[in-house]
Amino acid sequence: MPESAPAPTHEAAHHEPENWVLKYLWSTDHKVIAMQYLVTGVFMALIGGFFAYAFRMQLAFPGAEVPGYGLVSPSDYNALVTNHGTIMIFWVAMPVLVAAFGNFLIPLMVGCDDMVFPKINRLSFQVFFLSAVVLLASFFVEGGAFGGAWTAYPPLSAVGEYSLTPLGSTLWLVAVALEFVAFLLGGINFITTAMNSRAPGMRLYDIPIVVWMIVIASVLFMLSVGPLIAGAIMLFMDQQVGTGFFDPARGGDPILWQHLFWFFGHPEVYVVLLPALGITAEIICIFSRKKLFAYRTILYTVFATGILSFTVWAHHQFIAGIDPRMAHIFTITTLLISVPIAEMCFVYIATLYKGSITLNTPMLWGLAFIFEFLIGGVTGIFLGASGADIYFHDTYFVLAHFHYTFFPIAIIGTYAGITLWFPKMFGKMLNDRLGKIHFWGTIIPFNLIFIPLFFLGGLGQHRRIYDYVHFPELMRENVLFGLGMQDLRVLATVSLLVMLAFQVVFFVNVYLSLKNGPRAGRNPWKATTLEWLTPSPPPHGNFAELPTVYRGAYEYSHPDRQEDYWPQWEPEFGPGAGRG
Amino acid sequence: MRPIANTRSAAGITTGRLAVWWVVGSEIVIFGGLLASYIMHRLAHASWAEQAAHTNVWIGLFNTFVLLTSSLFAVLAHYAAETERNGPKAARYLLFTFFGGLTFLLVKAAEWTIEITAGYTVTSNGFWSFYYTAAGLHATHVLAGMIIMLIVAHAARQGRELHRVELIGIYWHFVDIVWIFLFPLLYIAK
Amino acid sequence: MASHGPQHYQKIWLILSVLLVVSFVGPFVADALRASESLEALALPLTLLTAFGIAFWKAWLVAKNFMHVNVQPRYVLYLLATCLVFMLLFYAGTAPDVMKQAGSNWTKPPIAEAVHAGQH
Repeated sequence: MPESAPAPTHEAAHHEPENWVLKYLWSTDHKVIAMQYLVTGVFMALIGGFFAYAFRMQLAFPGAEVPGYGLVSPSDYNALVTNHGTIMIFWVAMPVLVAAFGNFLIPLMVGCDDMVFPKINRLSFQVFFLSAVVLLASFFVEGGAFGGAWTAYPPLSAVGEYSLTPLGSTLWLVAVALEFVAFLLGGINFITTAMNSRAPGMRLYDIPIVVWMIVIASVLFMLSVGPLIAGAIMLFMDQQVGTGFFDPARGGDPILWQHLFWFFGHPEVYVVLLPALGITAEIICIFSRKKLFAYRTILYTVFATGILSFTVWAHHQFIAGIDPRMAHIFTITTLLISVPIAEMCFVYIATLYKGSITLNTPMLWGLAFIFEFLIGGVTGIFLGASGADIYFHDTYFVLAHFHYTFFPIAIIGTYAGITLWFPKMFGKMLNDRLGKIHFWGTIIPFNLIFIPLFFLGGLGQHRRIYDYVHFPELMRENVLFGLGMQDLRVLATVSLLVMLAFQVVFFVNVYLSLKNGPRAGRNPWKATTLEWLTPSPPPHGNFAELPTVYRGAYEYSHPDRQEDYWPQWEPEFGPGAGRG
Repeated sequence: MRPIANTRSAAGITTGRLAVWWVVGSEIVIFGGLLASYIMHRLAHASWAEQAAHTNVWIGLFNTFVLLTSSLFAVLAHYAAETERNGPKAARYLLFTFFGGLTFLLVKAAEWTIEITAGYTVTSNGFWSFYYTAAGLHATHVLAGMIIMLIVAHAARQGRELHRVELIGIYWHFVDIVWIFLFPLLYIAK
Repeated sequence: MASHGPQHYQKIWLILSVLLVVSFVGPFVADALRASESLEALALPLTLLTAFGIAFWKAWLVAKNFMHVNVQPRYVLYLLATCLVFMLLFYAGTAPDVMKQAGSNWTKPPIAEAVHAGQH
């Protein structure tokens, strides 16, 4: 194979740019791009959180002026709910969990100097940034932002006269499509880097689990997003050209969009879940000082999950008028997929067993992830069964269920990752006490938001309703511990306010730690994977000398060693510790 | 400026080629989703066959032949670049491929003009919606390939980045294969 | 990697062109067969075989000889095959619904009318 460019030396390839713009805005350095994704993701999370605040206030105090927002009109309400969902999944969970952690961790953890295609990496972020701008711009066009739910079912999304947001729906669609392009570019970079650019000596089973998870997530994304890109083109044609792909009156089919959407949409759940699971695995090993229980089993489980995740999509459509015989098949596959996920939870608990556990902030987040996600998973069983789903569909039970999956993934997983790798990212230690205050101030209100919503859903409260005052059967008194249904809504909203307020603690903690925090040193957690070999923060080009890998990623508490960890990069061979 | 990461090949394949295969995989699912949607609609609508009868099979035949020939030039360019290490020759073959793509697009433009003037527009019927959307998506890929091909040919003429000749070739053959399926689906099947 | 010379590529191109002509002529022959009563049953298989069977053959010829997919590491072929299998899966899960004439709260008049007119 001809390689016409001479192989660069490590020094020549990595002189850091002097110019501020080249260094922070136009950089090709994977760590800078990771920070760009992280900052954009956190900014979008604040916007998404603000939207949640506005529509939750409307639900708890219908018709009252919302401080900081004003009156929430019905069309505002729809736009807020729609874009809250869209932003939290596509502009928070994806960029932070997949792109930010993927960019930061993959080159460091596989021991190379950058992504394989740094310029494509930069382009990926630029396209992503553009997509965020397009989405936010949709709030300022005539008619306002799209309000037809984040799933954008036609005909509501396809016909401007129905949605009343002809331009807003198109901008929404273009933003989502651009976001897909960004993650295809980024995903191919991740996959290629992890496959091809591993440090010498790093075999497939020496790769840290979190890298595996992000790579498999990127593969799932790539394989599932294609039909939806085709669907987005068709929907765009319906909106702007006047075709009838999803219009039954002209021979099209509205159900086709649902299939195209959920064929992507369900694997997408696993696209964001897997990186969070990977982060949790790292945390649990480091802070229980134990080797990961059944490394290979986890991998096989993830492969099985990935394949199964492509066979369950129609469980979102049980009441859409799909063929009941197909509904049986999708019920079976949906119940099947809970098996590998449950297995992964057991593997994590087995890793904890008899470990020497340190309950610091990252570990709390990691344990909370398992616990809260478990609730999300178990309530999913109700919805996966087509018979029960006919009752539960589109109630707040569904809403609480998927918030019990997505909140652990997107928020708990992110905080777990940030608290674990903050010393590596910025070279300073986070304050553990403030971290714990922030943890409890997030976890307790989170449960108080969504547990009431489970009950409201069970009582028949339908989603997508602006104001329950006019539904007497949804305003019943004394349904739970003497509380009425409206009281439960107020409880959820107040808990949300408390949770949002506690996020300030996190930002204060970051600010104080960056300013006055103790220096982290190379390896504050005494961890084994390659990123802890570099200085904190890692310089341009990452490693002073590119490392060689001698063993698996989780050699904690090895019986032949005095220290309780055995880094991947240390060449010494103890008795019987050689490869083989 | 190329990072060392780019020069490694732990997976037993050069980085560029590995990435192009992943691109091809992601394109398969994009076209796959569109064509699967088309096929299931087509089978449900018997009446679309009479619409399909209005496509011009001769033009489709000619365009398929043009793309097949351009693929031949792309693989000859790859041979010149890799085995003969002859950059200018590879660039010349890539230019032939480029003109193949250009011919394809010009013929397609003429074909669409005829059809649109005859009243078969993108909104007139479900079949024509799929016809223009699928062929249009494919034509966009042809156009993108042509632009990249000019860039690669420019570098190859000066003897630089010869490995890219193969990479653009793989992409071009994939675009050719998509057309191999579009031709019977849109033109022949009645 | 390019173990074949230009002659090999030209040969493949020639085969592809011949196959193209066959796939073009096949449906015309099938049309002719439809006219005769005894051979009518052969018409549909012939169309499918020439139009689509040959398309798969041609695609494989291009993939094997021009893209050299058979001399890449094995997983490349598996990757491409996985993409195709997932598309089949998508088709299998979706077609039963999309090919229906009506669902809850909607019908497709174009098909319903065609069925009514006896064209189906």
